[in-house]
Amino acid sequence: MSDSVEPILELRGIQKFFDGRQVLKDINLVVAPGETVVILGPSGCGKSTLLRTIIGEETPDSGHVYLWGEDACCASPARLDRLRQRFGILFQSGALYSSMTVGENVALPLREHTDLDDDIIRMVIKMKLELVGLRDFENLMPNQISGGMRKRVGLARAIARDPEILFYDEPTSGLDPIATSVIDQLIIDLGAKLGVTSIVVTHDMKSALHIGDRIAMLYGGEFIAVGRPDEFRHPRDERVRQFVEGLADGPIPLRVSKTDYLDDLLGAEVEPGG
Amino acid sequence: MSHASWVRLLERVGAQGEGLVAYLGGLGYLALDTVRHTLTGVFARPRIKTDETFFQMVRLGVRAVPIIALVQLFVGMTLAFTLAPVLEMYGQLDQLATVVAKAIFPQLGPLIAAVVLTGFAGAAIAAELGTMVVGEEVAALRTSAIHPIRFLVVPRVIACVIMTVALAVLANIVGTAGGGLVAYLILDIDPYHYYHTAVESLLVKDVVTGLAKSGIFGLIIVMVSCYEGLNVSGGAGGVGRATTASVVRAIFLIITANCAFTALFYFIW
Repeated sequence: MSDSVEPILELRGIQKFFDGRQVLKDINLVVAPGETVVILGPSGCGKSTLLRTIIGEETPDSGHVYLWGEDACCASPARLDRLRQRFGILFQSGALYSSMTVGENVALPLREHTDLDDDIIRMVIKMKLELVGLRDFENLMPNQISGGMRKRVGLARAIARDPEILFYDEPTSGLDPIATSVIDQLIIDLGAKLGVTSIVVTHDMKSALHIGDRIAMLYGGEFIAVGRPDEFRHPRDERVRQFVEGLADGPIPLRVSKTDYLDDLLGAEVEPGG
Repeated sequence: MSHASWVRLLERVGAQGEGLVAYLGGLGYLALDTVRHTLTGVFARPRIKTDETFFQMVRLGVRAVPIIALVQLFVGMTLAFTLAPVLEMYGQLDQLATVVAKAIFPQLGPLIAAVVLTGFAGAAIAAELGTMVVGEEVAALRTSAIHPIRFLVVPRVIACVIMTVALAVLANIVGTAGGGLVAYLILDIDPYHYYHTAVESLLVKDVVTGLAKSGIFGLIIVMVSCYEGLNVSGGAGGVGRATTASVVRAIFLIITANCAFTALFYFIW
């Protein structure tokens, strides 16, 4: 990444606490326009919290999020809305509006934020749905299609207004291998052909290596490794190696409980008597 | 009681009071935000979503017409059955229409219509918005720069207030007619006499204060249910809790507001 390019997204010293527990510890990241950055990490490492902080759904306890050089954390609601109109988000569940058809879902950002004619909007809907392979599903309701399809419609809606940045929350979880490849290819194409910047939050290692220009691995609320995909194929850090190779044994424990197992078991037994 | 238990009692009362103040504050904040978005929608872009407003009027109000008519018919009939013996005792049975109309137009019509509508529309709004929150739909709206208050709350507020007033008009007429039915079929009172007595006994004040209160009840129903729905946390269980809470709290606030406004109108009009 060249230093002369103005970063499109910059995270500076982000910290976030929930009930006194630190979820994010000093997160720093600079993303250049057109780049695809994958934020990788095991469940519960703070990935979703980080994403929610970037899109302005959570306010960091300290630190700043800069979008197009503008501090999104201190922006007025109107200013934040203008920033939000320039990015698209694919939510983990698709988050389709359940009272609207698939087509109306894709059309909503266009109807709300543009003065386009209905004919043009209809064309755009068909184009975007064709991109995710669901052109014939325009008139179905979200509850009439599968979870994977809902996610693809969510993506069609996210790209409806040709955003400059796309955020993906677990874009391929719950999808079959073919749909996964289609979405991965779409993310690559959007970046390569249209210059869309993508921030992908995932725990899918295969996708991450395939689509990422850079990968940032989040563990315990901080980035433990940031680098190109080939650096992740032969990682030096034991934690990264365990995650990349999917090993059960290693420095990253499956159990995240803070209390001692034996104490917990015996404590529960002793308590009623005492 | 010991000193410590007094302190505990005081702490609990304080905590409840603090919760109540926070709740009413949240409700008031939502109401202010709604007024702001409504006014913006009237005078500038983005406009109020009229299609959605009409859709909500049908969904929340028009569909409640049969149940409210039926409930109010029975209320009017019950009222006639209850009051007839008392009036007969004083030889005033021909004034049945007066007491029925005087009870229904300013009080029972608007109140019972609002209570039924709380169960019908309030619960539906809370459950719907709550499910949207749980399904990340509200977050999706917000992050696509579509304000949930403008998009979801404003159409429901306009629809609910208009329909509560309209349904109170219906409730008043059907309720009084229910009393008339008993008067005609059981008590042998001439229907024309009943009608004219009812119309003559009613003052502008009775009708206007009743409908004004209706508007306020409608506002309470929709504000409480939107607030509960938008503040759901904790999945399907949270949606259930919000639905129950919205009905209970709205009915409590409606009855409290009815008492307060009745007292107010008693003194100023």
